[in-house]
Amino acid sequence: MTTMAFERALPAPAIDPTNKAFWEAAAEHRFLIGLCKDTGEHFFYPRGCSPFTLSNNVELVPAKGTGVIYTFTVARTKEPHAVAYVELDEGPRIMTNIVDCDLDALRIGLPVKLVWKPSQDGAPPIYMFTPA
Amino acid sequence: MSINGKAYIVGAYEHPTRKAEHQSVAQLHAEVAYGALQDAGLSKDDIDGYFCAGDAPGLGMLNMADYMGLNNLSHVDSTDTGGSSYQIHVAHAAEAIAMGKCNVALITLAGRPRSEAMATGTAPRSWGVNVPDDPFEIPMGRTVATAYAMSAMRHMYEYGTTSEQLAWIKVAASHHAQHNEHAMLRKVVTVEDVVNSPLVADPLHRLDCCVISDGGGALIVTRPEIAKSLKRPLVKVRGTGEAVKHQAGGTIDVTYSGARASGARAFAMAGCTPADIKYASIYDSFTITVLIQLEDLGFCEKGQGGKFVSDGNLISGVGKLPFNTDGGGLCNNHPANRGGMTKVIEAVRQARGEAHPAVQVKNADLVLAHGTGGLLSIRHGSGTVILERE
Repeated sequence: MTTMAFERALPAPAIDPTNKAFWEAAAEHRFLIGLCKDTGEHFFYPRGCSPFTLSNNVELVPAKGTGVIYTFTVARTKEPHAVAYVELDEGPRIMTNIVDCDLDALRIGLPVKLVWKPSQDGAPPIYMFTPA
Repeated sequence: MSINGKAYIVGAYEHPTRKAEHQSVAQLHAEVAYGALQDAGLSKDDIDGYFCAGDAPGLGMLNMADYMGLNNLSHVDSTDTGGSSYQIHVAHAAEAIAMGKCNVALITLAGRPRSEAMATGTAPRSWGVNVPDDPFEIPMGRTVATAYAMSAMRHMYEYGTTSEQLAWIKVAASHHAQHNEHAMLRKVVTVEDVVNSPLVADPLHRLDCCVISDGGGALIVTRPEIAKSLKRPLVKVRGTGEAVKHQAGGTIDVTYSGARASGARAFAMAGCTPADIKYASIYDSFTITVLIQLEDLGFCEKGQGGKFVSDGNLISGVGKLPFNTDGGGLCNNHPANRGGMTKVIEAVRQARGEAHPAVQVKNADLVLAHGTGGLLSIRHGSGTVILERE
């Protein structure tokens, strides 16, 4: 069986004062993740405090954009697509989609790499992953 | 201070409707409140504590207190952890009663997602504005179904859990639902029926999912002296626990739930163990929800849930742990997309000996009701309540 990932129309992300820098980088196809400078650990999703210490000693840093599928599901809608947690090489497990692939061939542990997919109305593109 | 024995559930009422075309959400709240008061043998003006969650319209307690004419409120609480809110409301009501802040607490839940034709499980939903995670999750297609399916997929990978094992949970629920005249799905199904139903979100099939229904339910919680003055069987709140689990910055393990913490807290307060529980209401938004919670509550070892639920082990009169004898959310009712209330109500029925005779557990003197609200693999609230029939 083969089910190709559907090219969904992606809703524009809601941009707020705190996440603005992340999405401005996304517009330039730069994928950033949070770094807690207290502990040296990376985190995702980006935010204005460290989820490890609650301090605001955090910054956005570039991620390699590679990782493996930690878990996933194929939403069997009229627009079949794979929602997944990808475990980045930097550590965090992040919610994303696995795109440009046969959804029936996906498995946990599969290496994946970053791709950008346009969202609607000229909003910043969305970070997604495809088999590496 | 422990609240073990400081409060009793004296009123419990489940609305019989599953499609409320002619009632507003506020009216449903009022109807279940009245039903629970009638069940308890109390009246409106006895209520001095009111508990509701996000299913209550507007500012919840304010609009509903006005609508229902609650004039004597000295304590209110709108804790909202989604579908598990009502387990936590029982706990908070018992705490408020123990502290002398109120004497008779009303808890209500109602909604009409079926009449509103809401795409409950398969359309991305936000729970408000300025939600910090939404921009990173809504574009990804975060839905209820995909969120629970991702836990199921990883659980299968780590522990070898199978779709057939998950199907046994639906099979057990359907065996119970056949006796419930109000249940949406009364047909007994087989493992084959479940695994042959269409995939919704791999590995979950259509029959792994709960129903979408209108309706509601209500509870009355009160202090021991008042409970003992009423004519209903005495159902004591013996232990409660609550917990929140989330992505933790990206370090999440999706194979377990907050039940691990909330259950441990409830059992510690109650001074008993899972082996002592005669009946369990286990939140069943999906089959996987039940399996993971059973493990986390300690009814079996982690990873052994698949074996535990197989071969009818959850069917009343057949297995070792009768669960959701009303048919649960999988077959009976999931009002307002929030199944915690009906879990407590069926646990109270069992403790009272008032469940349907075909599914009533003999001597169900110690029962448990557990809820998971929100999204299992993303962020959720867990509430556990242990009740004892005196």
